[in-house]
Amino acid sequence: MSGSENNRGKVLVVDDDAALAEMLGIVLRNEGFESRVCATGDQAMPAFRDYRPDLVLLDLMLPGKDGIDVCREIRAESGVPIVMLTAKNDTVDVVVGLESGADDYVVKPFKPKELVARIRARVRRFDEPGPESLSIGDVVIDVAGHTVTRDGEQVSLTPLEFDLLVCLARKPWQVFTREVLLEQVWGYRHAADTRLVNVHVQRLRSKVEHDPENPEIVQTVRGVGYKAGASPS
Amino acid sequence: MSQAGLLRRAATIWRRSIQARVVISTLLLSAVVVSLVGWFLLRQITEGLVDSKTDVSVAEATRGTAEAQDRLSGTSGTDPDAAAQLSQLATTIVSRGDQQDFDVVLTGPVVGTTDGLVAGSGTRKSPGVATDSVPDGLREVVEQRPGTSWTYTSVSYEEDTGQSAVPGIVAGSQITLPADGGTYALYYLFPMTDQQQTLSLVRQALFTGGALLLLLIGGLTWLVTRQVVTPVRLARRVAERLASGRLEERMHVRGDDDIARLGTSFNQMASSLQKQIRQLEELSRVQRRFVSDVSHELRTPLTTVRMAGEVLHDARERFDPVTARAAELLQKELDRFELLLTDLLEISRFDAGAAALELEDVDLVAVARGVADSTRALAEHRGTRVVVRSPQRPCVAEVDVRRVERIVRNLVANAIDYADAQNVVVWVDANEEAAALAVRDYGCGLAPGESAMVFNRFWRADPARARTTGGTGLGLSISLEDARLHGGWLQAWGESGGGAQFRLTLPRRAGGRVTKSPLPLVPADAVSSDDDPSPPRTAEERVNETTAGGSR
Repeated sequence: MSGSENNRGKVLVVDDDAALAEMLGIVLRNEGFESRVCATGDQAMPAFRDYRPDLVLLDLMLPGKDGIDVCREIRAESGVPIVMLTAKNDTVDVVVGLESGADDYVVKPFKPKELVARIRARVRRFDEPGPESLSIGDVVIDVAGHTVTRDGEQVSLTPLEFDLLVCLARKPWQVFTREVLLEQVWGYRHAADTRLVNVHVQRLRSKVEHDPENPEIVQTVRGVGYKAGASPS
Repeated sequence: MSQAGLLRRAATIWRRSIQARVVISTLLLSAVVVSLVGWFLLRQITEGLVDSKTDVSVAEATRGTAEAQDRLSGTSGTDPDAAAQLSQLATTIVSRGDQQDFDVVLTGPVVGTTDGLVAGSGTRKSPGVATDSVPDGLREVVEQRPGTSWTYTSVSYEEDTGQSAVPGIVAGSQITLPADGGTYALYYLFPMTDQQQTLSLVRQALFTGGALLLLLIGGLTWLVTRQVVTPVRLARRVAERLASGRLEERMHVRGDDDIARLGTSFNQMASSLQKQIRQLEELSRVQRRFVSDVSHELRTPLTTVRMAGEVLHDARERFDPVTARAAELLQKELDRFELLLTDLLEISRFDAGAAALELEDVDLVAVARGVADSTRALAEHRGTRVVVRSPQRPCVAEVDVRRVERIVRNLVANAIDYADAQNVVVWVDANEEAAALAVRDYGCGLAPGESAMVFNRFWRADPARARTTGGTGLGLSISLEDARLHGGWLQAWGESGGGAQFRLTLPRRAGGRVTKSPLPLVPADAVSSDDDPSPPRTAEERVNETTAGGSR
């Protein structure tokens, strides 16, 4: 609440509703985040480049440029966490949003605490270093350096995809249910939307697998969840 | 086997084709009529032919006999040799018979008419003809009575002539031979070979004519029915296409007759249907759009209000007591408002048919445990416990986990609400085709007839009862829609004072049909619940409960 705590992170709020944007600003400030508001999709990219936020809160329905397009553009040049705000809980909208690059989403009307929890979960990873090297199959992960290489080539992952891969790679013998992954990677306390996991696993596979149709790194365990593929012995 | 198949096919054609039915029945009826007419004609002709032949024959016989008698009388005394006289007589008549195509048999003398002569010794006849062609009946009549008698017979010939027997007429009369004074019988045999030939010709002609007539009638009927049936078949095809959703299909109308009018009316009906369906589709689209817009428009301000409320609620300690209470109430009612809005939007999505399933393999046992865990706080608050009892294997079904969890959460929350501080039991089981989950409570139960009403929107078991968990009154309606979307069942059982049970049954494979639920709708402990509140348990259930308890 005090101004001295104002170093938790910078959040760019892209929302056309002035009252909601202002309210978001108040809540974020109370939680110690700095924020800036952008009201249209067209201004989002300039504001993003100028402000360099640690996280983007993005409304899907925007005047001018659509939220989905903004999401794609941000993702094209940065791995910064993106949390979508959506008024629709329909599968299609949510999945399209996640596939365009969002890390997480909150459905309006959301509780402020819930939103803050999500934001914290996405920003929190800044304070967990540890010299560690993991591998799944021919994929090598340098945890401290935040880099992933396959066959000597670097693979560019968003922080969330990186977290997901690390989570699976740390316990290659374990099958992770979607719920467990939600808790460990997204920071959800109790059961939430498993579509998040499905979409992100697909995205991760498209980056690290040789053949995403036949995954070897992130394998599906039918009816249970996912596990890391076998490491070369 | 193939014969039976053929029969069945014929029966099918008979059943399904008006054309075949009309043609076949017309043919059958015509065949009967043609046969009757033919038979009648043939009979008339036969009678006419035979009658005229008979008249001619009898006249000929009478005349012939009279002439012969005259001749004999005229030559009496000049030639006393009876045998020669007899031969001469016979020869004359036989030669006449040859010319006029009849045979002659002369027998005699008749017994008892002449002394000293052996009866039957003077038999003469045309060559080849068999004497037994003259029936014994006629012979007796002729021998006892003068004058000409006749009858029908079969004229047969001796075997060496190679001729076969033909129907004919035999006429006989007595003749007296002056030479010996004996009485002889003279028979004329008229074979009806000509008449027979004529008749067979006529018969053939009638047959041919009848067959051609039938063919003609069949062909005509086929043509006529085709004219009627073809448009009907076309209409059927168009109707089928319309039914399959191709609303722009129309019948081809030609001319101005009844069939054309049928086509016109049909097309009018199709147009009107198409218009109404389009209107309804448009209406539904507008409605869906409206709901979606309302959803977005309402949610954004509600989010702002909600956050503002939260900020006020968090700061309530710094307010005076009245304002603080107001902030609390605002917060609480916002929760309810939000729940209600969410449920309303969900229901409207079902109503618009916009709800879709997101299928995956889900273990209902895990769902039940998860819900039991997440509702534990609520249950403890109400002084009850949620117990999961399941078999030791997973009960997997292909379902939308979000929706199924919502159903189970609704059922369990509902049960806790009405549990009256007794345990809530969640049963899970599966068979080959379905997985089921039943939530049993031992609360006040449902009055008779209420089990059908619990799924009604905004329905409450007891209006006087205070709302505790703050349900919106739409939870069970949404659950029912969710279950239906899966092709499953959601049913309620309740007994006044005996508690209630809600059973969810889902097909294990998406699109599968459920015929029998693995769990009973009426719980096994329902009868004894009045005197013993703790349900009877089998050893197996105890084991299962331990397992479930161990995981908790």
